[in-house]
Amino acid sequence: MIEIRFHGRGGQGAVTASEFLARAAFLEGNDVQSFPMYGVERRGAPVTAFTRIDSKAVRNKAQIHEPDIVIVMDMALLDAVDVTAGIKPDGKVILNTEKAPDDIDLGVDNPIYTVDASSIAVEHRLGSKVAPIVNTAILGAIVRATGVVDINTLVDVVRNNAPAKKEENAKATKQAYEEVRGEELE
Amino acid sequence: MSEMKIVSGNFAAAYGAKLSRVEVVAAYPITPQTEVVEKIAELVAEGEMDSEYIKVESEHSAMAACIAASNAGARAYTASSAHGLALMHELLIWASGARLPVVMTNINRAMGPPWSVWADHHDTLAQKGTGQLQFFCESNQEVLDSVIMAYKICEDEDIMLPAMVVEDAFILSHTKEPVEIYDQELVDEFLPSYDPDYKLDVDQPLGFGSLGMPDWYMDFRYKIAEAFEKAPDKIMEVNKEFEEVFGRDPGGLIEKYKTDGVDVLIVTMGSISSTSKDVIDELREEGHNVGLARLRTFRPFPVEEFRKLTKGVNVVGVMDRSYTFGHGGDAAREIKDALYGHRDVILKDYIVGLGGRDLTPKILKNVMLDAISLQDKGLDKEIEWVDLKINQERWRR
Repeated sequence: MIEIRFHGRGGQGAVTASEFLARAAFLEGNDVQSFPMYGVERRGAPVTAFTRIDSKAVRNKAQIHEPDIVIVMDMALLDAVDVTAGIKPDGKVILNTEKAPDDIDLGVDNPIYTVDASSIAVEHRLGSKVAPIVNTAILGAIVRATGVVDINTLVDVVRNNAPAKKEENAKATKQAYEEVRGEELE
Repeated sequence: MSEMKIVSGNFAAAYGAKLSRVEVVAAYPITPQTEVVEKIAELVAEGEMDSEYIKVESEHSAMAACIAASNAGARAYTASSAHGLALMHELLIWASGARLPVVMTNINRAMGPPWSVWADHHDTLAQKGTGQLQFFCESNQEVLDSVIMAYKICEDEDIMLPAMVVEDAFILSHTKEPVEIYDQELVDEFLPSYDPDYKLDVDQPLGFGSLGMPDWYMDFRYKIAEAFEKAPDKIMEVNKEFEEVFGRDPGGLIEKYKTDGVDVLIVTMGSISSTSKDVIDELREEGHNVGLARLRTFRPFPVEEFRKLTKGVNVVGVMDRSYTFGHGGDAAREIKDALYGHRDVILKDYIVGLGGRDLTPKILKNVMLDAISLQDKGLDKEIEWVDLKINQERWRR
């Protein structure tokens, strides 16, 4: 079982990212589950979303408290949310930032990966400069850092399911896959 | 062709209504049910679903419209949640009294105050006496399956009652998982069109909802009681038929998970049952003789099945995601009722997860271990509130 936790803000597409990743894993023959932790949502507020992937039936319906992979879509969340809470000892953290992994200190020993998903999203005109929709870019980075699904499966899912700008979203996914930084990339 | 789709519990409910060829939908939106009626509105607008979609100003009117539609011989559907369901209360009783097989989906949500939009069974169980059949679902697939099955059961001439198919807020309603969306022809084969013996018809005028004088009223109520007595067999019959057609057993009255010859029987309802199965497997590997009964049909209450299931059992641990003030958890109370005079067994009621408090495998395991420990130490208390702020350390360790 692979458990993934997304931290984002309302409008960044964290819930959709968790769903696209589940769809890709399902196409590769896994059982999957994708769900948000809902508060009373509004644009800009912290959002948490989850994905579970397993070759066996996924029966656990609790929230994910001990993730294998943590995604941070907005660095400002680090001041508000304990993003690494409960992360497994070998769990990986993927952050949306222009910084290099070595310049990030999360207070944990887990491997860190970074990608400038905001710039990639802006480049492909996904969202606006102030509020880029970074979800499809961050997905490409997740795949390169973790190998949780094949990049081609994911790009197909993005292209087939993005509600608008299908090609731009698919390109953002591929570009982030190439540009993510960190050790032992898949 | 049947197709696997990744959908939420809410979309599964909407597809269930579509595949059931529901003719009239009347609903009012409320969190977390809104997506059900949004999806149906979309399917109707796009011409994928051939239904009359009636926009109403309240849940009370939604059920009133469904009652009228059903009286006119149409298959009717609605969906609601919590406060919306409470507002519908009067009409829920009317639908059963009028013997109308209206099927609704309720998204189990806590009642305020304090305001909560999260999972809790109190809203549904507060309606347990309204004459609705009540099916608690464990997965999104079961939501879809149960809507289709509910029409088949409810429209049977021996039953003719309304039903609630219920799913937990967010844990099912907004969680996406693989669901098989059946081929329409397959569903048509299973579920014939609705054709009641008596309906509103200008060519053959009949009176509906008339006065029941004291020398008649009681007999009408008795007829409803009789229908409820017949319902368990009908549910099992339809369950079997469903399995034959679709290759899937939705769980009948009680789903029995590794219950053969167990010393300790755990009882759950709704989405925590799924997580609990993982925990049961873990405990069995550790050598505990424990199994899980998932109470799927709350109305009619499966009295006989509980008597059979508890034969030779030492402890019954019931997890209730609801609490009726002044009395206790609903499932535990009713199971005690069923076992009175039949079984000498320790029964403990665990109040869990109210208002969407997360139920992790760890907490569920601690509850089950507590139930197992009663075999040696005996019953310590009848009702235990689990994972309160004052006792969290004990249940989360």
